[in-house]
Amino acid sequence: MKFENAAQAKQNERVLTILKDLLFQLADDELTLGHRDSEWLGLCPDIEGDVAFSSIAQDEVGHAVFFFDLLHELGEEDPDSLAFNRSSKARRNGVLLERGNGDWAYSVARHYFYDLFEDLRLQAIADSSYLPLAHGAAKIRREEVYHLMHMHLWFTRLGKAGGEAKERLEKAVQSIWPELGGLLSFGLHEQELLKHGIISFDTHELRRRWTSRMKAAFSEAGLMWPGEIPEPRMDGRKGEHSEELDELLSTMTEVYRMDPAANW
Amino acid sequence: MTEDVRYARFMERIERGEKIEATDWMPDEYRHLLIKLIHMHAVSEIMGAYPEKEWVPKAPTLRRKLAIMAKVQDEMGHGQLLLRVAEDLAAPLGKTREDLVEDVYKSRVKFHNVFHMEAKTWADAGVIGWLVDGAAIINQAALLETSYAPYARVLKRICAEESFHMQHGENIILALAMGTEEQKQMLQDALNYWWESLLFFFGPKEVTPAAERMLHYRIRTKTNEELRQKFLDKYVPRIWSIGLTIPDPHLRYDEEKKEWVYTEPDWEKFGRIVRYNEGPKSKERMELRRTAHEGQRWVREAMIRSRMATAAV
Repeated sequence: MKFENAAQAKQNERVLTILKDLLFQLADDELTLGHRDSEWLGLCPDIEGDVAFSSIAQDEVGHAVFFFDLLHELGEEDPDSLAFNRSSKARRNGVLLERGNGDWAYSVARHYFYDLFEDLRLQAIADSSYLPLAHGAAKIRREEVYHLMHMHLWFTRLGKAGGEAKERLEKAVQSIWPELGGLLSFGLHEQELLKHGIISFDTHELRRRWTSRMKAAFSEAGLMWPGEIPEPRMDGRKGEHSEELDELLSTMTEVYRMDPAANW
Repeated sequence: MTEDVRYARFMERIERGEKIEATDWMPDEYRHLLIKLIHMHAVSEIMGAYPEKEWVPKAPTLRRKLAIMAKVQDEMGHGQLLLRVAEDLAAPLGKTREDLVEDVYKSRVKFHNVFHMEAKTWADAGVIGWLVDGAAIINQAALLETSYAPYARVLKRICAEESFHMQHGENIILALAMGTEEQKQMLQDALNYWWESLLFFFGPKEVTPAAERMLHYRIRTKTNEELRQKFLDKYVPRIWSIGLTIPDPHLRYDEEKKEWVYTEPDWEKFGRIVRYNEGPKSKERMELRRTAHEGQRWVREAMIRSRMATAAV
């Protein structure tokens, strides 16, 4: 069954619940990573890199706005309230994305892992039974493909360079790996999402595709494959988060909290 | 052709209003003046990202977040465009991009006084967009007529983007000016803080020897005071119209002389800030630039190595 618009989706309470949970994952991932990306402003290894990272940050936040808009149509609060006025427990982003930026190697590796995941997740919703989501996914994927190319190049070149760059990249991969499983997931309701055709494949398939493509990049970069993707200790898809998310939110909402009712 | 004849022909071109290209012969003095001006301009764009950087992660709505990210990205982009113009000019002197960037934290190049100052509140971020960028547009628009063609071309793009920044700042300001008492107070405080810096921004009233030489070569065509008067013409009525008080009891328009009378900024204090990097945020921001550049030398070196590795395959 297709849901052509918000009104149709709202008629099925269960569909509404699981759809919103997925949309929060999408929106929160994009907003959290976009925010972290924007923290690189003025600090990148060269000025060209700075301009590029800012474009990516803007794309991510722009995508978050799109998903928050869909949530608003489904009866949630306005997008600004959703972005600025929800506790960390209500957030559904992967814990990996809320971590501080670390060094350039960490930021590049994390972003590349995310971009490949995002590409596959967008494929999974490309034929979504919720049509507004399917339409948005097609548009967003056109932008994300450039992020993927950009980060693939950075990742493999840092590896190929050897020396300090490769060492830092290996270290980054090591610290990311335990938290990867919390990102590469559709959350608690994936079987129902699948049943209602909101997504077209599950986490197992997503990880299979991710692994197959990522292994090729690891080999190109000259890196050892770290092995199976472990289950995370903290699952952001269930609202479990680190203190780093609280710090991020405290910064992000500093002005907003002065007066949430004011027009800014 | 003797040096004198070459110089005379060059000056004839300048006086005819012709533009000079990077590959044309130019007197050393002309080259040095351009490098000094454009290098400072480039570095000011880059250092200008730091006061706003503090507010990018704190923008209070999604729309503002997107806008301020794009705005500060533009500033970095302007820095990049200008550095490339400066790099071409400096190449015959053996200077590279690395040198031009290092000059910032080795105190070998100055940057505009406004970027040494603090941005304490969200209203400061608005005032920077509205009035600092507003002042910059006036400066840069006057430079569009510059005799150096590559600089003129880059400035054309910069001015177009800066006018969006000014509107972006104005939009933030208007929301605050029409907002709560607390928002209005925050805005007035920001204006009080920035006003003197804004007047200083245009430089000393008297035409300095270096400025005189730039006028001679038509690198610039207007004096500091002409530009400051233009700024006052444009912005004083706008500032008044949104109910703000300008922190200068002596500010008035002299109808007879057709010019603004104002209390002069503390030339000595701001002069020291720019010359010796003694502003409230100078050291901290230079340190950010040093960390970004020195701390990530390994990335730039890795990129050179991996390019060679790929080429060798």
